[in-house]
Amino acid sequence: MNLASIVKALNLEVRCGGDALDREVRGGYVGDLLSDVIANSQEGHVWITRQIHQNIVAVASLKDLAAIILVQGSEPAADTLDKATREGIPILVARETGFEVAGKIHRLIFA
Amino acid sequence: MSYDKTFSVEGGNFQAAGNVSSEIKGILKDLGLPKDTVRRAAIVCYESEINIVSYAKRGEIALHADDRAVQIEAKDEGPGIPDIELAMKEGYSTATARVREMGFGAGMGLSNMKRYSDDFFISSEVGIGTYVKMVVFNLDLKLHPDHPQVTTDRIRE
Repeated sequence: MNLASIVKALNLEVRCGGDALDREVRGGYVGDLLSDVIANSQEGHVWITRQIHQNIVAVASLKDLAAIILVQGSEPAADTLDKATREGIPILVARETGFEVAGKIHRLIFA
Repeated sequence: MSYDKTFSVEGGNFQAAGNVSSEIKGILKDLGLPKDTVRRAAIVCYESEINIVSYAKRGEIALHADDRAVQIEAKDEGPGIPDIELAMKEGYSTATARVREMGFGAGMGLSNMKRYSDDFFISSEVGIGTYVKMVVFNLDLKLHPDHPQVTTDRIRE
């Protein structure tokens, strides 16, 4: 399952990194605690979170995550968007809750 | 190959937090080290940088890289850690509300440094500061007869 299919299926809004949507997604991790995400996410995961400040880009970059999905319509801060654009990390915005987003992506990948 | 550089880190500056780790990650990539080595070194560097920003007045991160390993030393002028064993426990944190709001202070920084490094050393003095040394082996050397101690069981994910 690539990122573009997930974007389409969940009707996600692409805020940056639109040219990296062909990346394969291997799973996901949900969390707002950065060190928890560092410890438990894996390469190729999508990260579902409500954090919007620029340190999320550093974490996604460190762990080679496929994308950051901000839930409940949270918008990335301006410097977050700049940094993510520079580092080529897609930031996607979902209107739904983290629970909905995680459930749908899990079904898409593993069902 | 041998590379050394020291970076300074400003306490309390969350705008710049992570910049040193990003730069170090770029340097290690440019040195041509394996992806897993670069990633683990960048992670332990990031956690130590975040700790300096979150708790200390100022600090320094010293990078040493050679063909065998990457070494990251983080030294700060800060409050120090009264009980290192307790601080190493996953979930234990003394982070302020402000720090937690940004998603830091999960109480997993030190345990991540240990988890992602092959060798971890910490010493701290209350009122003076904290010193952390982490070594990440270059796993391409795992079959090298001179380095039998480097084994693949440290590869994660």
